[in-house]
Amino acid sequence: MKLSEIQRILRAEVLVDAGKLEKEVEMAFGADLMSDILAMCREQTLLLTGMTHIQVIRTAVVSDLAAIIFVRGKRPGPEVIELAEEAGIPLLLCKLTMYEAAGLLFSAGLSGINRDQEPHRGI
Amino acid sequence: MGDMAEQAIILEFSLQGQDFIRAGEASTEIKQRLKKLGFRPDVVRRVAIVAYEAEMNVIIHARKGSLRIEITPRRILIRTLDEGPGITDIEQAMQEGYSTASDMIRELGFGAGMGLPNIRRFADEFKLQSRVGEGTLLEATIHAD
Repeated sequence: MKLSEIQRILRAEVLVDAGKLEKEVEMAFGADLMSDILAMCREQTLLLTGMTHIQVIRTAVVSDLAAIIFVRGKRPGPEVIELAEEAGIPLLLCKLTMYEAAGLLFSAGLSGINRDQEPHRGI
Repeated sequence: MGDMAEQAIILEFSLQGQDFIRAGEASTEIKQRLKKLGFRPDVVRRVAIVAYEAEMNVIIHARKGSLRIEITPRRILIRTLDEGPGITDIEQAMQEGYSTASDMIRELGFGAGMGLPNIRRFADEFKLQSRVGEGTLLEATIHAD
């Protein structure tokens, strides 16, 4: 699913497009715990989170995430947006709760991380 | 990797406890460096995750410390050495979900007791030594071939 499609479904505001809104995203993950993100996410995963501090961007860089969606209308500060621009990570902001946003995307066909596989080596 | 000298490339960073603004900078730099050196993306990613969790551990728990990366074509050694409280029970610290981090750190999304288990999960070799009241030495190796 393209990020532009995800933006439309969630009626999200684009904070950083990084020229990647037409990029395909294959799976998504929702979490506020950075270590859960590091443990579970494969590269090019879309992240839904309620955290807006700068470590979210660093975690995304380290994990090679595709993009970040901030839920519940939580707006990150300018230093967070700046770092995402530098790193080329698209940032979107939606007013929905994590549950609602995840539900809409899942219903639209965007799958989660397959728990049957042990992805933990990040390959 | 043919053009890389046999001699190891060493990167060293000093870390300051509780510096949550700069936390993760060292690991981001390490990642970029490894990418430029031409390591496989999965190797780069694993090193970055291990370095980041190790870097965060020092910043969360210690007064200060260092992060050192030794890069050779076949393996990457990640080492953190810190001055801090040390770990009383290493076996307990290795359990998923166990953490002594403060509420402030948990509010940042860290301190969920997954850092050390994540390091062990992503590393090929892992070693942890600690002296209570003095500090902790962590070494993790990732094989690049």
